[in-house]
Amino acid sequence: MAQALNRLKESPSQTAGPYVHIGLTPNFCDITGVYDDDLGRVMVNDKTSGERITMAMRVLDGTGTPLRDALIEIWQADAHGLYPSPSERRGAADPNFQGWGRQATDMDTGLCTFETIKPGRVPFKDGRLMAPHINIWIVARGINLGLNTRLYFSDEETANAEDPVLARIEHKVRIPTLMAERKGGTYTFDIHLQGEQETVFFDI
Amino acid sequence: MSERLSNRPPETGALFARDRSWHPPAFTPGYKTSVLRSPQKALLSLDGTLSEITGPVFGHNILGELDDDLIHNFAKPGESAIGPRIVVYGRLLDERGAGVPGALIEFWQANAGGRYRHKKEGYIAALDPNFGGCGRTITGEDGSYAFRTVQPGPYPWPNGPNDWRPAHIHFSVFGHGFAQRLITQMYFEGDPMIWKCPIVRTIPDRAAIEQLIAALDMEATIPMDARAYKFDIVLRGRRSTMFENRLEGN
Ligand SMILES: [Fe+2]
Repeated sequence: MAQALNRLKESPSQTAGPYVHIGLTPNFCDITGVYDDDLGRVMVNDKTSGERITMAMRVLDGTGTPLRDALIEIWQADAHGLYPSPSERRGAADPNFQGWGRQATDMDTGLCTFETIKPGRVPFKDGRLMAPHINIWIVARGINLGLNTRLYFSDEETANAEDPVLARIEHKVRIPTLMAERKGGTYTFDIHLQGEQETVFFDI
Repeated sequence: MSERLSNRPPETGALFARDRSWHPPAFTPGYKTSVLRSPQKALLSLDGTLSEITGPVFGHNILGELDDDLIHNFAKPGESAIGPRIVVYGRLLDERGAGVPGALIEFWQANAGGRYRHKKEGYIAALDPNFGGCGRTITGEDGSYAFRTVQPGPYPWPNGPNDWRPAHIHFSVFGHGFAQRLITQMYFEGDPMIWKCPIVRTIPDRAAIEQLIAALDMEATIPMDARAYKFDIVLRGRRSTMFENRLEGN
């Protein structure tokens, strides 16, 4: 016998369930008067630096049907590639940018829209720059443990081509599952939970 | 949001790898909705970059006075929610056993009759006009937290022909890194419904399920007011940075 390491186990996950809105976006589901606003609803103000973009996302199940009871959170760097986090040691991020956003998918259409800015490039662990990307976390009824993925921008071909994370995807045909398509100021991004177009999910 | 809440130095180490055998797998046919919502391809492992080890931090300025009191935060003035009054308290820890300070915890639940205040909810149990069902708090310097609520009721749900959820409270937890993000549920000690529930049973290991069962703590009750349940939550730990990035002479 050796000494015990005395580590704890992470609390096991349980699904967010169909009523996740009550806890995380109560105003969205008509529980008003408890919180002034739903947390994470607004990420930018008129002083935020960077290019304004709209991201229109959907989450699709194994039949291609959009989930109408999912909740998506995003986490991204500011226009200069800095995260608004105490763990960010490289400098102070834009004080007018939240970095974190939270939206429920529409209960009829399944559409989920974030108004944000295009993030700057953040270094990988070895100092190489990653391409601009947005970190995504998805929970819903039927999802037992929150799913992590990344959104990249299809019009950043040069940066994407040298991105060290995308380079680790063995089956290159799956890289397009992480690419948001641009139409004007809006990027659209469909997340496929299953099937031929299944999105690359990460164990981070 | 970048307000620092702790005197501890910011943590910059990568997170311990997640033990996915401790969590429910994605595909759990006993919980039918998971069948079409479970990824089938292997996950891409990524040792934490800045994108994963950083995360949002919330200041106390977001909190309202009654955010941690579900008995009163939706009730009319002078009234209160109906049901067994309880205090839920505990600590938010990481896998190293250290308290996680300044972390946002959000919770939601059905009322004492097992009814949620939600337009998609179809259970015949009555709504309580004084109960909304949501609350939140931020952990203290040692990771401790507490809130007041009423004990939720069990409720039936469409899965098998006669499946009921045990009484439970949903928890959403932030650590300091986005990769620590966790949603789970708290169950109540002694509830025989726990072991019959298809959602509970998505967790393969009995010891892992027991980690989600809050203990009745009569020593922490408020006499003539509320009983207390203790519920500690554990987030992923971080690798120590004590030998990393240290300059000569430091
Ligand atoms: Fe529930």
